[in-house]
Amino acid sequence: MIRNQLLICAGGACITSGEKSVKDVLAEELARNGIQDEVQIIETGCMGACDLGPIVVVYPEGTFYQKVTAENAGLIVSEHLVKGRTVPGLLYHGPTSEARAQTSEEIPFYTRQVKRVLRNCGVIDPLSIEEYIARDGYFGLGKALEMGPDAIIQMVTDSGLRGRGGAGFPTGIKWKAAKDAPGSPKYVVCNGDEGDPGAFMDRSVLEGDPHSVIEAMVIAGFAIGASTGYVYVRAEYPLAIERLEIALSKARAYGFLGKNILGSGFDFDIEIRIGAGAFVCGEETALLRSIEGKRGMPSIKPPFPAQAGLWGKPTLINNVETYANVAQILINGVDWFRSVGTAKSPGTKVFALAGKVQNTGLVEVPMGTTLRELVFDIGGGIPGGKAFKGAQTGGPSGGIITADYLDMPIDFDSVKELGTIMGSGGLIVLDEDNCMVDVAKFYLAFTVDESCGKCTPCREGTKQMYRIMERITDGKGTPGDIDRLKSLGRVIQQTSLCGLGQTAPNPVLSTIRFFEEEYRAHIEDKKCPAHVCQHLLTYSINPDKCVGCTACARQCPVQAITGQVKKPHVIDQATCIKCGACYEACRFGAIRKE
Amino acid sequence: MKSLEELKRIKEETLKAMDLRQSKDRGKIVVAMGTCGIAAGAKDTLMAVIEELDKAGVHDVQVVQSGCMGLCDREPTIEVSMKDQPSIIYGDVDDANARRIVREHVQGGQVVAELVIKRGNL
Repeated sequence: MIRNQLLICAGGACITSGEKSVKDVLAEELARNGIQDEVQIIETGCMGACDLGPIVVVYPEGTFYQKVTAENAGLIVSEHLVKGRTVPGLLYHGPTSEARAQTSEEIPFYTRQVKRVLRNCGVIDPLSIEEYIARDGYFGLGKALEMGPDAIIQMVTDSGLRGRGGAGFPTGIKWKAAKDAPGSPKYVVCNGDEGDPGAFMDRSVLEGDPHSVIEAMVIAGFAIGASTGYVYVRAEYPLAIERLEIALSKARAYGFLGKNILGSGFDFDIEIRIGAGAFVCGEETALLRSIEGKRGMPSIKPPFPAQAGLWGKPTLINNVETYANVAQILINGVDWFRSVGTAKSPGTKVFALAGKVQNTGLVEVPMGTTLRELVFDIGGGIPGGKAFKGAQTGGPSGGIITADYLDMPIDFDSVKELGTIMGSGGLIVLDEDNCMVDVAKFYLAFTVDESCGKCTPCREGTKQMYRIMERITDGKGTPGDIDRLKSLGRVIQQTSLCGLGQTAPNPVLSTIRFFEEEYRAHIEDKKCPAHVCQHLLTYSINPDKCVGCTACARQCPVQAITGQVKKPHVIDQATCIKCGACYEACRFGAIRKE
Repeated sequence: MKSLEELKRIKEETLKAMDLRQSKDRGKIVVAMGTCGIAAGAKDTLMAVIEELDKAGVHDVQVVQSGCMGLCDREPTIEVSMKDQPSIIYGDVDDANARRIVREHVQGGQVVAELVIKRGNL
């Protein structure tokens, strides 16, 4: 009889942190103690608290163990399972609270979350179709087949579900358009090309609950009259591709894919298409061209994919997270879905919390949750007691939300007036040590790299903007640069062919709007207030702290540091190339970086 | 997969296997598994409790282990805390007594008086 289950988080982050060796140690120790038939090990999808991994949860107690390593994993067996004593060193403890035996329900990171899209992640074995079924999996499909296409589309429309890929287009309207469009065959496509740096919401769903996407695509196919589906996954997600492949073959074996699904006479099957490293292929028309085997470049809309998509045929394309909502809407109903969130953005949103925040990882909250709750209550605040400077949302397409707007409820519409977008859910927290000019330059470098080159405003415009940003951070900014960035940015926004170009100027324009004085410091004073931009830093030696150990002088690649042994040294500013090697070498904190 | 009936059957069967991960809000049974407890046979007690609950089809009572609670002389000991009732600590709970406690107390709602060591919190 199984008396305990050990759930090990096998999301991408925990795997890279050594999950496999933790699992091996646990299995060995169970066998060594003779209880391998009483305790079951289950690897689940991402549990969300990525900063705390590898994570092991012991059921039925629900005890949450964090930062488990191959060295200490054995204690979970010898202490907790054999002797019934929790392992104090591995229990959850926040930055200020004491370690206590806590279940996930008691941990602040989890208490404010509403897991709907992520409900199975971290709970089921993603490779087990039976466990998906046990949690009402494929019952949505059963209901859909009884309801019929029109009722399905009506329900999705009434729910108010909006595209979770970032644009927030009403999903039901898109489904109806695809259903009504003349032409055959029709296609259903899932956009799994999650390209925003720092975003991993879709990855976790594909890795941790792949069947939720499969089920929704079959439902969508039935609703619009398609019999072929494609999941386009970026090549950088090999684990997601592997788990999706396994899930697809099990779905076929169980008859949820293939011919005459659940005896309804409806046929549908899904193939995987893998991306090849292009951010622009997350744009829906470029993605479709990529599936067709062409170079991934966007095309003008209209016609929209619902009218003319893959090979010119009506195509429904939705984001992973959007699909992951569908089956539950059908099972639990419109009122249930709308019971959380805001009137115009009902439901939940998954955010990938990263950057200067205590609890980095994946969080799912009702739409309308404020930035303050996300960063401080769930995120645990800024480490090291540093000051919050801003939160970057929407990846390379978004802007900064500053401290003045911490109490702004976040949904599709609210942040637009701030010049940013909620986007697909990436949320990077920035503190007083981040330079806003540098952050904007980083995102611009990304979009310059990823521009497909088809339209002039994006291809040439972003590059020119980037050149100006480079001059500014090199200390060669000139008066008028800020106005140049603004007017160039506006033109690019208004004339680019696709969303990449239309939103590429956003990080720059947003940081200029809220942090203009920081730009001015770079341009006029040739200084970087946050001490980040290398070329604007001055390294000097504090004679009161320098003991003359010569460590810095020996590291300096251009011999800019002089001085006698045991006497304070001096950096020659004219020679210094501001590489920072001396700063890293000094063990006495004598190097000043200003 | 031919029908919704088959789907329901798979769901029921798999839910049993996933039982340990579901929330249990009707009660909790703590089996003391300190060294004294284990020496006295607490391992058998634990398995007996789990088996008996499973046989009775009870899925909303949690069974966990703890360390020694100090009553080493009366091991194996278990603490039965059903919702809205004072918790009861039983002593000398061998395999047979464990099954009896599950049947009479957990299922039947009747405390097994002669095995009780303490009522209420420690």
